[in-house]
Amino acid sequence: MALTGVEIFKLLPKTNCKKCGFLTCLAFAMKLAQRQASLDLCPDVSEEAKQKLGEASAPPVRPIIFGAGDRSVKMGEETVLFRHDKRFVNPSVFALEIKDTFSEADINSKIEEVLNSEIDRVGQKLRIDAVAIINESNDVRRFEAASKIIAIKAPDIPVIICTANPQAAEAAVKLFTDKKPIIYGVNSENTEAMVNIAKTYKATLGVAAKSLDELSVLTEKVKAAGVADIVIDSGARNAKEIIEHNTLVRRAAIRKNFKPLGYPVITFAQREDSLVEVLITVIGVAKYSSIIVLSSIEKWKNLALFTLRQNLYTDPQVPMQVEQKVYKFGEPKSNSPLLITTNFSLTYFIVSGEVENSKVPSYLAVMDCEGLSVLTAWAAGKFTAARIAQFIKESGIENDINDRELVIPGYVAILSGAIEDKLEGWKVTVGPREANAIPAFLKSRMASKK
Amino acid sequence: MLFAKEEVETAFAPPKDTYSGKVYSVNIGTASGEVTFGGENILPFHTFEGVAPNRPLIAFEIQDVPPTDWPENVQKPYKDVSNDPVSWAKFCQDTLKARAIALRLIGTHPDRENRSPEDAAKTVRDVLSAISIPLIILGSNHAEKDASVLIAAAEAAKDRNCIIGKAQEANYKTIAAAAMANKHKLIAMSELDINLSKQLNILITQMGFDKERLITDPMCSALGYGLEYTYSVMERIRLAALTQNDITMQPPMLGDIGMYVWKVKEAQASEADLPQWGSLEERGIAWEAVTATALIIAGVELLIMRHPKAVEAVEKVIEELV
Repeated sequence: MALTGVEIFKLLPKTNCKKCGFLTCLAFAMKLAQRQASLDLCPDVSEEAKQKLGEASAPPVRPIIFGAGDRSVKMGEETVLFRHDKRFVNPSVFALEIKDTFSEADINSKIEEVLNSEIDRVGQKLRIDAVAIINESNDVRRFEAASKIIAIKAPDIPVIICTANPQAAEAAVKLFTDKKPIIYGVNSENTEAMVNIAKTYKATLGVAAKSLDELSVLTEKVKAAGVADIVIDSGARNAKEIIEHNTLVRRAAIRKNFKPLGYPVITFAQREDSLVEVLITVIGVAKYSSIIVLSSIEKWKNLALFTLRQNLYTDPQVPMQVEQKVYKFGEPKSNSPLLITTNFSLTYFIVSGEVENSKVPSYLAVMDCEGLSVLTAWAAGKFTAARIAQFIKESGIENDINDRELVIPGYVAILSGAIEDKLEGWKVTVGPREANAIPAFLKSRMASKK
Repeated sequence: MLFAKEEVETAFAPPKDTYSGKVYSVNIGTASGEVTFGGENILPFHTFEGVAPNRPLIAFEIQDVPPTDWPENVQKPYKDVSNDPVSWAKFCQDTLKARAIALRLIGTHPDRENRSPEDAAKTVRDVLSAISIPLIILGSNHAEKDASVLIAAAEAAKDRNCIIGKAQEANYKTIAAAAMANKHKLIAMSELDINLSKQLNILITQMGFDKERLITDPMCSALGYGLEYTYSVMERIRLAALTQNDITMQPPMLGDIGMYVWKVKEAQASEADLPQWGSLEERGIAWEAVTATALIIAGVELLIMRHPKAVEAVEKVIEELV
């Protein structure tokens, strides 16, 4: 069973040296007890303590770095089954499959797609993270040749080397030395050879089983042979199996600290129908897959999947925020309306969507209220007349518009007099309470100005 | 002995759960068109530890006035039928093989055509006489007007075992009474908060409305526009129903997806304006299908959707999940 923080503390050096990144050994011990830190962080821990603590204190889902450098991604470290309990930690990695049977031109264009997949959304850069090279041909030379194209053309992209043939694995992995690739395809027949290759080239191993039972046995075998970084595939391919297996894996790891399944899960979502593939991927993102392999990455598909992953992996306790500034909709002119709202991302999305729907060119001043919605920000004293006046002055919007009129959300109508007092020469108009009334409001305002 | 101990520690025992609660099953429609949803005693699609006798139900959304406010790509599949709610409903039933239809009386909204409750009742009667599959009757989401419109609509649909909605805090008394008097099921909608949702269900059942005839709408949101809030509220409602056996949280849940998805920028902005977003047509369909799939994983049993291709893809995935 898991040890308490105090029990762990007794086994630590008690020097408070801070080398682990925590202020005291006790603080570190508490983190270990909650399984939010790894014992590896303590350089001075005794062998005895290591033995006693190692297993008990390791995070329930092993943290693994995939790839090297700026494009490397972190997996594992999850601590909950439901995002509202805490948060999902490391977003699912999306990998595009590239088969070694593809022509060189096709391989090149697939790599281009991966390299150009980046999209900015709410201030985050989202992209296809990795490539899965598939040894479809079963031929060692062909696999090596395809891998070489990828290693040259996209040296920074993390790769999954997918083959059950140790010779093919070795030929490919040599091309990604020090890049922390994954070799996927370990089974009961090739374990020893694959383990040796992974050790030599410092690769992570992907275990491919046909059931959860077989998977548990295989990971223990790999670990006993000396490879600790493992990703796991239980063989689940259809939607129902993915939910069942991934749920049981996550529960076993988190509730029972069951080590043989305490690893990131890799899911193969490839389908003939690209839209169905998207939906299988949705299930993987929602239900605990750490890596999801795709067969195609059309732009519309990426946008939908990146957005879903961003949504489900946001911290439910930290509101998403957008940047404070005056946003323009359409091509606003000097007589266009100026509205104000707070920078809670949901508020911004809903308000900006309705302003856009109105088709009335407008300015929308989005004020930093630490990600609170209008009423909450007002109640917390962050959306006040004085602060609104200061923001409007400092924004420089006065130079862009003639009518000094500011439209405030209907819920804070109470502020209108106070804002007029603090913003000399300005008129404050009370807008709608709900965003869905904004189009009618803006249209009638435009009609009355004509 | 040591060997035996190691065996025990490494053997995998699937950590399966059993749940003390169960979601009510709700049947709608009459005779051969009757359909049932809900009824499971497990988290969504956890058939490895319990039973889910019914699959999620998708209703096609139609409205009482032509869908000029819908983006072109989702108007297109209905262009030959959508000028008349009856032909639109029949098209969904006969050609698209819909299992249910959701008629939104959006034309009754005071800012729209401002159609009267009598007009709405006539539309309901006409649609019902043309179809055999179940009908969901929705107001225009104007709390005051909906109260009068839905009373008339509920009467017009008497004994057809429809779903009437949406009852909200501001108007639930009249709408629940109308649903009760005419033997319909009722949607109770509150705004993205598990406690508000629970409270409204309690208020409605305190009027004498049978809790097993309720459907909870915790409020939908589209992918990218607060989906994670709806997702987590739904997961929490389902966990309360199953693990705490909270009877106020046991009605099936509704995801009214189409109206939220088809107004966001991603479902409308052209590829010419935003080349990095790719094909608009496929993007809009994916937006609706992804939103729907995320919410069935969170626990929704009833969906209202617009695009036939999005429905088709979600049905394929449901087929794989059950």
